[in-house]
Amino acid sequence: MSEQYTYAVARIRALEVSLFSNSGIDQLMACQTYEQCLQLLSEKGWGDTETGLNAEAMLSREEEKIWEIVKELHIPMETFNVLSYPKLFHNLKAAIKEVCTEEVERHIFYDDVSIPGEEMLAIVKEKEFDRLPKEMQEAAGEAYESLLHTRDGQMCDVIIDRAALEAIKKAGREAKDAIIKDYAESTVAVADIKIAVRSAKTAKSLDFMNRAMAECDSLSVGQLSKAALGGMDAVREYLQGTEYTEGADALAESPSAFERWCDNRIIQTISPQKYKAFGIGPVVAYVIARQNEIKTVRIILSGKQNGLSDESIRERVREMYV
Amino acid sequence: MEGISIWSNLGLVYALLGAAVAVFLAGAGSAIGVGIAGQAAAGVVTEDPSKFGQVLVMQLLPGTQGLYGLLIGFITLSKVGIIGGGAAQLDPQTGLMILAACLPIGIVGLISGKYQGMTSAASIGIIAKRPDQFGKAMLFPAMVETYAILALLISFLAVSGVQV
Repeated sequence: MSEQYTYAVARIRALEVSLFSNSGIDQLMACQTYEQCLQLLSEKGWGDTETGLNAEAMLSREEEKIWEIVKELHIPMETFNVLSYPKLFHNLKAAIKEVCTEEVERHIFYDDVSIPGEEMLAIVKEKEFDRLPKEMQEAAGEAYESLLHTRDGQMCDVIIDRAALEAIKKAGREAKDAIIKDYAESTVAVADIKIAVRSAKTAKSLDFMNRAMAECDSLSVGQLSKAALGGMDAVREYLQGTEYTEGADALAESPSAFERWCDNRIIQTISPQKYKAFGIGPVVAYVIARQNEIKTVRIILSGKQNGLSDESIRERVREMYV
Repeated sequence: MEGISIWSNLGLVYALLGAAVAVFLAGAGSAIGVGIAGQAAAGVVTEDPSKFGQVLVMQLLPGTQGLYGLLIGFITLSKVGIIGGGAAQLDPQTGLMILAACLPIGIVGLISGKYQGMTSAASIGIIAKRPDQFGKAMLFPAMVETYAILALLISFLAVSGVQV
């Protein structure tokens, strides 16, 4: 039924009022110091009484709030698999590295996913990969063996990142809602472009790119990887013939402009959801918008803390959803 | 009416069926519409209880179809004498004419009630973000009301026009 998520969408519309708009971000940028930024965020309701003016705690709390709302709306968490897969696969990557290299780093795990750090570590230690979701099992075994025998951390990353992209693509294909399909397609395509750009800069082989890139509908992975072999100009030229022309322009501008374009592209994908009154789309869009907002605030705070110029920060600031 | 066979008074049965259709379908349309708008209203009030008054008005808009159906049902019952006098002896043709006269508000009430509810829910989204645009937001679901009123008018004229 199209009106299935009526309560959820109306609640999301009320919550969207408190999202940062582009002018809200300008206000944050106008703060003279890092402390003033934190004060402004606190006045806007970011964090809670326990987090105080601790930036990292405040941002983590805001991330938690997103999922608390989703749980209150009683929407099955599987709907958000496309959004949670990157964190879930990150946990797998971190656990494999920790088990294989025996270097303990407790703070690198995400705990707001279906398999938090401790559980993931236990699975990897016992090599019980069949306890993982089906999409992760093969990649987990392959990455584990690869790291154990070759000690090649990059290959481990490539195997898991590729599996994450394929899991996102599969979740997108299986989803009934257009926004999830579009988001998955956009995410995989942007990730492939990023791989091509990095490969072109570091002169990676075609074989490496073929292992790292995941198939998607809006780009030809074969042509993109061949273009990457020819260098950055060839990548730009190839992108100009696709729907990612603006990405080519951003690449020409600067690496940070390209990174910003990647996130802006996702926001543009979800933007039509602002005008939908029913369906899961506006809820998914809100989650993505909140994550984008938190990322942008993190960039501003980091810039202010490290004394970057306003121009330099602004170059990295993402487009807002509202 | 005790002892009177249904078949010997089929006209009255048709007329009663007409009243039932008007009340049942239009009422169902309103119930669906008010239900949809109510869910949206609850969503907004969860986050911002100060908007209760505005969203309540929006929720009530699809409730009118049920009242129109009730009105036609009431007029029909009066017409055939079930209310306010002895039941009239109707031939089947007259009964069928009354049933046909009740159909516009029944069918249009059902459909418009549901869609007005959906439009109200969408307008509640406007109120959630721009409460100052309440007047404009109310116009969108009010447009759907037009067709329920037209159906009410036709049903009223038709029921009134049938000679009993």
